[in-house]
Amino acid sequence: MSTSRERVLARVRAALTDVPADEPVVRPVERPYADSHGMGAALEVLEDRLRDYKALVRRVPADRLAEEVAAALERRGASTVAVPEGVDADWFARTGAERRPDSRERPLELRELDGVDGVVTACAVAIAETGTIVLDGGADQGRRAITLVPDYHLCVVRADQVVDGVPQAVRRLDPARPLTWISGPSATSDIELNRVEGVHGPRTLEVLLVE
Amino acid sequence: MSATFLGIPPFPEAARAAVDDSRLRHNLRKATHTIRDKRGAVVTELEEDWERLRSEGAAIKSHTLRHLDHYLEQLESSVERAGGHVHWAADAAEANAIVTRLVQATGETDVVKVKSMATQEIELNNALAEAGITAYETDLAELIVQLGDDLPSHILVPAIHLGRSQIREIFLDQMAEWGVAAPEGLTDDPRALAEAARVHLRERFLRTRTAISGANFAVADSGTLVVLESEGNGRMCLTLPETLISVVGIEKIVPTWADLEVFMQTLPRSSTGERMNPYTSTWTGVTPGDGPQEFHLVLLDNGRTDVLADTVGRQALRCIRCSACLNTCPVYERTGGHAYGSVYPGPIGAILTPQLRGMSSEVDEALPYASSLCGACYEVCPVAIDIPEVLVHLREEVAAGPGHLGEKAMMKGAEAVLGSSHALNAAQHAAGAARNLVPRHLPGMAGAWTDTRDLPDVPAESFRQWWNKHEKGQS
Repeated sequence: MSTSRERVLARVRAALTDVPADEPVVRPVERPYADSHGMGAALEVLEDRLRDYKALVRRVPADRLAEEVAAALERRGASTVAVPEGVDADWFARTGAERRPDSRERPLELRELDGVDGVVTACAVAIAETGTIVLDGGADQGRRAITLVPDYHLCVVRADQVVDGVPQAVRRLDPARPLTWISGPSATSDIELNRVEGVHGPRTLEVLLVE
Repeated sequence: MSATFLGIPPFPEAARAAVDDSRLRHNLRKATHTIRDKRGAVVTELEEDWERLRSEGAAIKSHTLRHLDHYLEQLESSVERAGGHVHWAADAAEANAIVTRLVQATGETDVVKVKSMATQEIELNNALAEAGITAYETDLAELIVQLGDDLPSHILVPAIHLGRSQIREIFLDQMAEWGVAAPEGLTDDPRALAEAARVHLRERFLRTRTAISGANFAVADSGTLVVLESEGNGRMCLTLPETLISVVGIEKIVPTWADLEVFMQTLPRSSTGERMNPYTSTWTGVTPGDGPQEFHLVLLDNGRTDVLADTVGRQALRCIRCSACLNTCPVYERTGGHAYGSVYPGPIGAILTPQLRGMSSEVDEALPYASSLCGACYEVCPVAIDIPEVLVHLREEVAAGPGHLGEKAMMKGAEAVLGSSHALNAAQHAAGAARNLVPRHLPGMAGAWTDTRDLPDVPAESFRQWWNKHEKGQS
């Protein structure tokens, strides 16, 4: 092991002479805070928060998902979309948009990804109180790059994936997977604190909430 | 590229210039009040749970610091188990050398950077430039600061001291030298400026193969690194390149994955006043086929263990860099960030910087005094750092040092006068008689006091004199 490692650790130990040797290293899990804050029915709260971020939201019945995907892509004028290989093919039964499948084994080139009109994915978890959608790289969500480079992200969120608060989401997620938490479209406030949507990530986030 | 905080005068001098800049004061006032109001609204929304989250956040960080050696070793093994490489850096020079060597090993001469306080602290960009490597900042505000050869002035919105027309000028003058030029006819509309940055940076994101980041949190039990951001430049840097190098202060550790549920609620609400920031990325080592296939974590000490050794000052290491203390501070609001002469401005900078650097210079000795001790910073801190307590503690250290002999001599004299009623009477008579001769600024050593304060008017007579004339014998 390097000498820097030993040096830093020795300094840390020397700095902590006030800590009793028998003080337990592990903290008891108490969670004195709430799992959520009773702000209303999860789907309503999620929809409200997403709209607050200027995301587009639509509540759709499960049996109309294919029509809604087709309608959303048509409204957007998206004729080519990147799609993770694990997405249910039925979602695209009604659209004429050309699908470009992507996976870890067969990834799209970056330049190709930069050229598509949008990307369609599922999600792992959604948090109502904060209006957050979490992607975990699962087969129907794909590599992190595909939801980043195109300018339009259409995300399908199932009702059973929605939780009220952040602690519930953290418990459902696996830290070993690469996670992307998305709360509205890309935004900056760096110029005189004016909010501008879309700097580098997708400028438009559209969410289909499937009930 | 060459901009550095070295050479900025001590706080009272730097603050005087800043206070005279009316545009700066206008920008700062608008920014701090806007963010402060938004923060208040989203914190109130969580009702009494906010205080529970706040004290739990403080407890998690305090516990981690008390067992930092254990958690550092745990983090190291978790990251390596997940396919990452861990390096240790005792100081800035060592960290810079490690990063330079890692970049050179990739064969690249260009790197993209996510905004990172730690790499600003060690002045990594300058070190890389000396080795012929160009580091491109990709956060919009950091890009503005870099193109303008300027310095960041706020932890969260580093270009807050600049107005839109200044930013437009910087883009028109400098973008072409760094890559894709600003479009002709660029206006100062924030949307147009953000679009120019998008076009300028996209080309770079798509071709740069090495990235450097910091991290908001490093989770010991899972080996997960966490970055919160808004623009997506972070995601670009963290996922598109082949090699990722993260420079992380040793105090950024949290013990368990579950601990994040506290900070993912308190950090966004405290910093931007949002329920959640637009993007958070987490990664654990490398994931085959997704994101960088080589990951290096550089653990940085650079004075942090000195802070750790001070049982009062240690709490400064709980800081999660939310900047709520800046936005609420009446001193910061009037002086801006540059006056603090450090990458860490505002109340947290006033306690963190002198501890990290060791109070060996006039700049660092002045910082514990850059406060009115009003306590607002403590009230808003999401990890309950008692900043006023640490300020007073550091002032004691400065006062005990050799630099304040004049103050000590004055106190000795004051003790003699205040200790004797005859001496006090005589002094008050003399002061009353000479009141019109008192200058606005005191000469000599005492001048340091009146440089930063208005000297109060001396009353015509003392209270005792007044009492003797008006009230004595009436009862």
